[in-house]
Amino acid sequence: MTKLEAVIQPSKLDAVKEALINIGIDGLTVMEVRGHGRQKGHTEFYRGREYSVDLLPKIKLEVVLRDERVDDVVKAILSAAQTGKIGDGKIFLSKIDEAIRIRNEERGIDAL
Amino acid sequence: MIPKPHKSLLSGTVMRWSCLILLLLFGLAVSAQTASPQQIADLQKQVTEARSNADNAWMLVSSALVLMMTGPGLALFYGGLVRKKNVLSTMMHSFAMMGVVTVIWGVVGFSLAFGPGNSFIGNFQHLFLHGVGAAPDPGYAGTIPLQTFMVYQLMFAIITPALISGAFAERMKFSGMVVFLSLWSLVVYSPMAHMVWGKGGLLNASLGGRFPCLDFAGGTVVHVTSGVSALMCALYLGKRKGYPKEVTPPHSVVLSLVGACMLWVGWFGFNAGSALSAGSLATSAFVATHFAAAAAALSWMAAEWILLGRPSALGGISGAVAGLVAITPGAGFVGPMSALVIGLIAGAFCYFMVAKVKTWFGYDDSLDAFGVHGAGGTLGAILTGVFASHYVNPMFKDAQGNVRGSGLFDGNAHQLLNQAFGIVIAWVLAAAATLILLKLVDLTIGLRVTPEEEVQGLDFALHGEEGYYLE
Repeated sequence: MTKLEAVIQPSKLDAVKEALINIGIDGLTVMEVRGHGRQKGHTEFYRGREYSVDLLPKIKLEVVLRDERVDDVVKAILSAAQTGKIGDGKIFLSKIDEAIRIRNEERGIDAL
Repeated sequence: MIPKPHKSLLSGTVMRWSCLILLLLFGLAVSAQTASPQQIADLQKQVTEARSNADNAWMLVSSALVLMMTGPGLALFYGGLVRKKNVLSTMMHSFAMMGVVTVIWGVVGFSLAFGPGNSFIGNFQHLFLHGVGAAPDPGYAGTIPLQTFMVYQLMFAIITPALISGAFAERMKFSGMVVFLSLWSLVVYSPMAHMVWGKGGLLNASLGGRFPCLDFAGGTVVHVTSGVSALMCALYLGKRKGYPKEVTPPHSVVLSLVGACMLWVGWFGFNAGSALSAGSLATSAFVATHFAAAAAALSWMAAEWILLGRPSALGGISGAVAGLVAITPGAGFVGPMSALVIGLIAGAFCYFMVAKVKTWFGYDDSLDAFGVHGAGGTLGAILTGVFASHYVNPMFKDAQGNVRGSGLFDGNAHQLLNQAFGIVIAWVLAAAATLILLKLVDLTIGLRVTPEEEVQGLDFALHGEEGYYLE
């Protein structure tokens, strides 16, 4: 089992959600986060003074997948979220030790 | 069949009876109009009462409007400008004054401000509001109960110390703040109010003060005193931790905008209500107030647009408040076009004070109480001396009893000196008393929170609450 974490632009959330539904992924966790990579931040002005806001709003998705599905999902996210500009985000993949369904305590791939 | 011709309506019998009836009616009418002295006295009493009721209705509404300026107007305006973790603490600075100053005013504050006394302070004649009832005091407002006058003035006494809190937001102890501002109300507000508006007051332009300073609704009494005191507080308490590099932007400009609009509407009670009656002077002050606010909002935004490339919402509302502050001393003395000019100047001037001067000197006047109220009030008091017109409100007479000009453009250049004198008194009283009171409270109760509390956030540290639990 693989955990896929993706940090994307908030404006791309709807497109990514739809892309995932279209390939049959129905378990998803979405978080509102703040962060930056090489994009840095921007300056805002309040009563004439500059404030550098270097943590920008982003969306973070988490999905835990069967290993066989990972490539499809990565492709789907890339096509939905990519704009070619700095700030598009990142995808991280990691191994999951175990998954447990709380309702009936199923374990392993059946729990996904 | 040929119809019989009717008798003419003007036949003899009909004519005679008609004349008789008409004569009787006429006689009745005449006798009804000839009223007895008693009836005349009754009618006069009713007219006076009706006029009094009209004035009282407006003054009670004005009182409510001014209270609304503090809560929630100022609470929201200031609250939105601070960090989320301090929003309640900031709002409590305003709200607490609604409770504390009311008690102080009722017990002794009103008496010290408006009781007859000497040139500088009133006496204890109205201790516990003794003698403050339904009967008007002709010296102050002859058509409304003295109690109405008292409660109207109370709302001013409430908001003035609340304004100061802008300087010490995000780092002041609640206990120290309550004690400090209570003492301030007695030592600065009541005397200043007495000097400008009280019987025998040194600066009272309406009641023959030695140095008549034109201050219609409190440019010196409210804004200069609170603004200068705010500067003293900012200098004495020092900067917030991490200022200026690490301080974050306002947590909700939305709240500030809502608050500022409430201030604008409430200011009609503040300025137009200072006419103390519902007549045309109230209208004049109402109009001048509105025009100054609008012009100042535009000029602050224009300054931002030109200098920074974009006009901001915070700039617009700050400009409006600056204009309202600047028109406060002159609202009942200047015409609408003068008000427009005053607003245009005030918006740009206060922008400059807040965006440039504050940075040059490096003091942390967190919410610009000095930059907007202190500086704006001083500017407004001077411009009142420039634009005041006897056509709007005749204030001064010469030795022969003829009306004289009120301000510079009205042929009375000397008035600028009186304005300056009033401003200087306000500055000196506010600065000196504030520094003494700050030291006193600091030595006994303490003023500033600990660095840990400051980092944690005052809402939790001082009040045990979160502003937005938002489950």
